Amino acid sequence: MADQRKCECGHTNPVGTVLCEFCGKPVEENGDRAFPSMRYEGMARRSQTHNKTLVDHVWNFFSSVKIAIILIVITLIAAAVGTIFPQQRYIPVPVSGESGVAAFYKDTYGMLGEIYYLLGFHKLYSSWWFVTLLVMIGMSLVICSLDRIVPLYKALSKPRVNPHLSFLKGQRLRGECEPGSDFAADETLAQAAAILKKKGYRIYREGSTLLGEKARFSRWGPYVNHIGLILFLLGVLLRGLPGMYLDEFIWVREGQTVAVPETPYYLKNVEYKTEYYREDEFPEQLDLENRLIPKNFQTDAVLYVNENADLPGAEPKLREVKSGSITVNNPFVYEDLYLYQASNQEMQLAALNFTLIDKQAGNKELGRVKLDLYEPEQEQVVAEGITVRVISYFPDFYMDESGQPATRTSQPNNPMFAVEVRSAQDGAAEKMIYVSGRIIPESEGGRYTLQIEMPDFTDITGLMVRKDKMLPLIYFGSFVVMVGLVMGFYWQHRRIWLHLEQGRLYLAGHTNKNWFGLKREAEFLVEQLALPMSLVLDSKSKNSAAENKTKEEEKPT
Amino acid sequence: MGKQNRMFIRVAILGVLLAALVFAVYSSLASDSVLKAGDAAPNFQLEQLGGGSITLNDLRGKGVVLNFWGSWCKPCEAEMPELEKQYQKHKDDGVVFIGVNIGQTPVTVETFVKQVGVTFPILLDREREITKLYKIGPIPTTYFIDKDGKITDILVVQLTEEMIEEKLAKIMP
Repeated sequence: MADQRKCECGHTNPVGTVLCEFCGKPVEENGDRAFPSMRYEGMARRSQTHNKTLVDHVWNFFSSVKIAIILIVITLIAAAVGTIFPQQRYIPVPVSGESGVAAFYKDTYGMLGEIYYLLGFHKLYSSWWFVTLLVMIGMSLVICSLDRIVPLYKALSKPRVNPHLSFLKGQRLRGECEPGSDFAADETLAQAAAILKKKGYRIYREGSTLLGEKARFSRWGPYVNHIGLILFLLGVLLRGLPGMYLDEFIWVREGQTVAVPETPYYLKNVEYKTEYYREDEFPEQLDLENRLIPKNFQTDAVLYVNENADLPGAEPKLREVKSGSITVNNPFVYEDLYLYQASNQEMQLAALNFTLIDKQAGNKELGRVKLDLYEPEQEQVVAEGITVRVISYFPDFYMDESGQPATRTSQPNNPMFAVEVRSAQDGAAEKMIYVSGRIIPESEGGRYTLQIEMPDFTDITGLMVRKDKMLPLIYFGSFVVMVGLVMGFYWQHRRIWLHLEQGRLYLAGHTNKNWFGLKREAEFLVEQLALPMSLVLDSKSKNSAAENKTKEEEKPT
Repeated sequence: MGKQNRMFIRVAILGVLLAALVFAVYSSLASDSVLKAGDAAPNFQLEQLGGGSITLNDLRGKGVVLNFWGSWCKPCEAEMPELEKQYQKHKDDGVVFIGVNIGQTPVTVETFVKQVGVTFPILLDREREITKLYKIGPIPTTYFIDKDGKITDILVVQLTEEMIEEKLAKIMP
């Protein structure tokens, strides 16, 4: 097959051309069939020219809109399947390690769960094949666009001012008339130019042909849109680089300073509070039935940088960099780091309080004992010569199978302390145990006991830790998408031809959308020029045979 | 534009896109990276139960057995005597045994250590930083590190004396 086709006007067109690049006459292959679609101005799509080497095959694969749609559909189906069972990060029970995760899916959902896990659906957005699909959509976006925009640009940058008669007659909007012998062609065309110019058209004139063109830029809308999508995808992709993106969660008790994961920072929770609306703050009487409505969730925090961060685990050397409060929707911001108020656990046990009693001295109160559940002091002096030493501490106490005390977790859900009271005067040491709200002495008839007092409570704040250096790029990409959509949707590329040939005057019009609007403008023109011409606007269905054929290729996005 | 030229541009564009693909797939696989045998053991410094601190890199020249445990973990408790026996047997052979407790208070750790009768150094990872650094999932997890600071084995299992003996042979200087 030859690479080139010669039109009768003398121009040679590349294979795949539908309308001659120069004169707009349908190329021969279309024969007697209906006038071809004006999509891409009848230009040959670049990938249609040859298909020989591997590079051509790969290029042509990605330049097909059909393939793009298939890729998008597969991605959508995969994303939908990914919601059938929970994603790994939302597994509702604690699991540890890959084997734990695998076991969870298998045990909970059976065979399907196992397959789900093996195929990587449990971590869909970072599974290699899902990422591959996304990037392939990106590739198809780039190649589809390039493959179409180049010929389209070529066609639109040199408008067909003097097209073949069959081109004019083939347009959906058209009309012709015999203006008569007293018709002043030049004058009429000049008049038409003035009218169209007033309507915002750009005028091209060649011999006895006039072309008015308006809002050509609207044709670039879909491509601008694609550039935006590519920027967006690029932003998402670059999040994978180290230090670009962070999504973590930390729990911080009041007074506690914790390391912010994957950063050199430490955060101290100075105070957490929930504020509630007072009854008199409501504009009308509400029947709240003693329920409270929260008004504010707030953490007052201090951020430190650890100047000793190079060596993990080493004693941190903290320098304060910022302090402030975090409320819902008002994150704490330091450089790229964002901390959001996300959760809380109020009134959590922090320390147990006791009064040490000397039973032999008529239940005399000797002093206070505080057992911190997170940082218990090894030994504390309660009164002159009397100390209390913690022998053992089980934060989440239970008795194991062999009858030994043990802890289930490292959280203080059921604290158990064994303490020893020592008196310097008589050298006596007496042991006792605190468990489940009771004091159990080592032996009956001991001298000392602990009287349980009100414990200390603390509020724990839950903060979302976010860092996203790609956000500006993602926002910019979204903005470009919007610009592209507006360009493509709110303007139409309209063209009106007036052509005088052998004593007949022809009018033809083309637009990429809103044919009604174009027709009205053309009617206005005919009316102003007082031409004896009636306009025809073909319904879409007339060309549907030709259009259906290319339907798949037409989708602009 | 010549065909040669067009071909060149297509190859260039496809090359860039392919690089993006490779990068994306690579970063998606790397995001759940774990430490594995052959990797360098990340350096750290931790406070020791009973005072003082240990820095891993200071132990270069010696083999290191790094055992991560918590007192709530029954298999950890069960393997402690095995570790202790091997420690007693090999402590003069240029290997160091270290237990890393995950996030518990010194009082709890001390009670546990006495209960199981361990005498090798125990480090306190209060902030669980090192636990995260070493990607600890289920415990007990034990790292065997050779004299050059390279990880030779990672065992996520309750150890027996035979297992320790076998892995130890590889890290003895």
